Amino acid sequence: MAEATANISARPAALTRSQWALVLVVIAVVMTALQYAGLLPAALHRLPEYLVPPFAPMLDTVFNFVKDDLGLLAFTRFLTGLLESVLDASANILYGKRRWPNIEPIPWSAIAAIAAVIGYYLGGWRLAVLGAGTFIWTALIGQWKIAMETMSVIVVAAPLAFLIGITLGIVAWRKPWFDRMIKPILSILQTIPFFTYLLPAVIFFKVGPTAGCVATIVFAIPPMILMTTLGLQKVPPEIVEAGHMSGCTRRQLLFKVYLPAARTEILVGVNQVIMLCLAMVVLTAFIGMPGLGAKLLAMMGSFKLGRSFEIGVTIVLLAVMLDRMSKAWVVKQPEHFEKGTSWFVRHKLFVMGAVLFVAFLLIAQVFPILAEIGRKQNFSQGKELDGLIKGFVALDGVQAITGFLRAFLNVKVLIPFRNFLLSIPTPALILLITAFALWLGGPKQARNALIFFCIIALTGWWDRSVITLYSVISAVVLAMILGLPMGIAAARSEKWSRRMLLVCDTAQTFPSFVYLLPAIMLFGITDIAVIFSILIFAMVPLVRYTIEGLRTVPPEMIEAADMAGATRMQKLRHVQLPLALPTMAIGFNQAIMFAFFMVIIAAFIGTQDLGQELQRTLAGTDLGKNFVLGICVALMALTFDMTILKWATDRKKVLGLES
Amino acid sequence: MNRFTTALSAGVLALGPMAAFAEDSSDPIVIPIHNWSSQIVMSNVVGQILESMGNNVEYVTTDSQAVYESVRTGDVTLELEVWEGAFGASFRAAQEKGGIVDVGDHDAVTREDWWYPMWTKEACPGLPSWEALNDCAALFATAETGDKGMYLDGPVDWLKHGQERVEALGMNFTVVNAGSAAALWAAIGAAEADKKPIVVFNWTPNFAEAVWPGEFVEFPEWVEGCDKDPSVGPNPDALYDCGNPAKGYLKKAAWEGMEAKWPAAYKVLEQISFTNPQIAEMAKLVDVDELEPEEAAAEWLEANPDVWKGWVGS
Repeated sequence: MAEATANISARPAALTRSQWALVLVVIAVVMTALQYAGLLPAALHRLPEYLVPPFAPMLDTVFNFVKDDLGLLAFTRFLTGLLESVLDASANILYGKRRWPNIEPIPWSAIAAIAAVIGYYLGGWRLAVLGAGTFIWTALIGQWKIAMETMSVIVVAAPLAFLIGITLGIVAWRKPWFDRMIKPILSILQTIPFFTYLLPAVIFFKVGPTAGCVATIVFAIPPMILMTTLGLQKVPPEIVEAGHMSGCTRRQLLFKVYLPAARTEILVGVNQVIMLCLAMVVLTAFIGMPGLGAKLLAMMGSFKLGRSFEIGVTIVLLAVMLDRMSKAWVVKQPEHFEKGTSWFVRHKLFVMGAVLFVAFLLIAQVFPILAEIGRKQNFSQGKELDGLIKGFVALDGVQAITGFLRAFLNVKVLIPFRNFLLSIPTPALILLITAFALWLGGPKQARNALIFFCIIALTGWWDRSVITLYSVISAVVLAMILGLPMGIAAARSEKWSRRMLLVCDTAQTFPSFVYLLPAIMLFGITDIAVIFSILIFAMVPLVRYTIEGLRTVPPEMIEAADMAGATRMQKLRHVQLPLALPTMAIGFNQAIMFAFFMVIIAAFIGTQDLGQELQRTLAGTDLGKNFVLGICVALMALTFDMTILKWATDRKKVLGLES
Repeated sequence: MNRFTTALSAGVLALGPMAAFAEDSSDPIVIPIHNWSSQIVMSNVVGQILESMGNNVEYVTTDSQAVYESVRTGDVTLELEVWEGAFGASFRAAQEKGGIVDVGDHDAVTREDWWYPMWTKEACPGLPSWEALNDCAALFATAETGDKGMYLDGPVDWLKHGQERVEALGMNFTVVNAGSAAALWAAIGAAEADKKPIVVFNWTPNFAEAVWPGEFVEFPEWVEGCDKDPSVGPNPDALYDCGNPAKGYLKKAAWEGMEAKWPAAYKVLEQISFTNPQIAEMAKLVDVDELEPEEAAAEWLEANPDVWKGWVGS
């Protein structure tokens, strides 16, 4: 009943909204038609040069003022010093950099043993094998030292991101004004291309592990803040009441009541922090992060596909291991022992870990192979993998398919689509996007879309922004055509769902740089290679949330459909898909966000979009321009983000699902 | 890596006159590492030479364009490979802002131009002349370029003026810009499988020479002013109507504070100069023999003492 009334009351408003949207579309179409007829004044097609305000030099001035006159640089350089001493210590312990405390690096066998014990503690044998296996693989493949160089930064960055994130999250929960202030900043941080904060990171925090660490923290922090605030807001009032009744102080209330009650959300935040830290491993190599990422870029620079692939596998294994362990930690309940249990029994795994650790430390002194595996002893199959990849690309069947895709999809579909988008007059395209936001989101979303795209037009980077948008739209549409059926098919059984989700995890954590070279080898340096590499990445959330959405459809709904005698197709079309749609929309939204992220990386293939210009600013002389370009990307991404999320929330309310 | 360097420095400590260098600061000299092998090995070679003199050395991985800003501020102490073509502009921009100094050139010369792997010549025997290349343009056609040939130029920010040259010389080619050096290698690697003719932007010294033997296309020879004065070169109305200079510089650069802080190391840096074959040898140790860079550097130093001992001794 409640649903029905909601539906009816929503209808008249929706009608006028779509009518308004239609009006905007008509204006846009008329303008485009005029443009094609050659009747539209040039100033309405593209903003004339002289009207573009000099944003970049203005920003440069502001930036220099903040940096030098306000003394921000001196302050951040002081912080850099502190951070550097922490990083130096972790670097010494993990791979023997000659710094305080000047001890020998921990042998790989000892670290693998510890990982096994922690894995066993958190999730039994499976996780123990995963933990030890990851480190054994890393050592055997000959990547131990570079992997530890990476870990030496992550073991500092992840805890710092956690601490800063949880603190800001608590402040945002306590002080609504702070929450209102920080939300838009976080949205921008989550959508701005990483190239934009690499440069400031270098200037303020010195090229090297420090800048890499800071950039990683900035990237990883937003979900931690959001999850903390969310978790604290969801704490049931009864629990807080109980805390008050037992006479808690404010401090005790926070640490003994709120934080433990919000444990699940906070740990989900921790999981996100770890995953995002690993996602930055390769990108931060541009600004001095040592280790796996730097090696990967060097291997790509000398066309060693096999070895870069192996590095990718290591990163995936590390990510999957940390992901599974942190997720196991989320669901693990605290253990309780009977009174009088001895310390050794209560801490038996801790004792076991310590004993194993010391044992391997000592054994490694006798058998150096357990401490370090040299280049000539490892099992790297780089050359063989090179041969495999090259052989695959050269297969006649593969060549025939890629040749067809290039001749048809690229020449007949993609390139005409790009040229069409570029031919639409600027105001007409802005109106079209506003109409989309109005129709799907609402008046507020439409207003934001209008403002955001007008800003992009004003920056003077319109054509490049449109090309960026074209790559994103094309990739997401293709990802839907391929990803949705895959998700729907996998969702039919528990087993396949789980397998597909593992594939998703792998594809998401596999460093996207590794896709780029095979994409070029398959498709040449063309739009289709760019879109192909975005597509792989954008499909992940689509598949994931489709499975998620379909599998969480309330069972009583399906039962009702079965009882009504629906066929499998009818059930899917009329019951499951409509109910899963809001969740799938979140996947769609993430696919767009991932695509905006990846399109910038795809500049390494060769594009004419914002990513290419951003890459050019890396030389460090154009900070203002760098920032303007980054904002263009962020504003486009935000427009879609806000519109689609609004639709998903509205839809969930209408369907009576929890929002 | 420490075993090699310790052995090495022990050897040199016993031989070298160390007293003269006592004044260098004990702060680490920070050497940047980029993503191509010759530069990585060369940085390790120089790093190990400096370590052998008692200096502390540290390596940091950076982007090869972004590094100039860091040298300027002193976060990075020096840069061993400033290519005239690829990084000349970034270097000059940093020099204008101040903080970076020119420490002289290597003997090695750099050349950057249109290049093809050897198998291309079988399909188009008139090469390396550019006229012959133009006559074969159809061989280089792709689905996207129609009947024109495709020339794969370096990233736009390398400013190689491929498009301008095609227009100036009236060539039947479409210019496509790759996004990175790795993209160029992937394109060559894909063409290698069925020996498809391909013409791309390439340079020397470079690891690619060892993997894919090839040649530069011979364009009308570079004349001073070809990029500024239309009347220079075969086409009287256009710029860029000749090939790139066949002998570009390969420069060393340093933070301006380096000379005061590490005077001895700075003196060595001034003298350091590698030749093209030496750089190719360094790259080969990593790219073909698959050594780790620090091992390759130690091996190179051991094999070529007569090259570098002189720099340290003086």
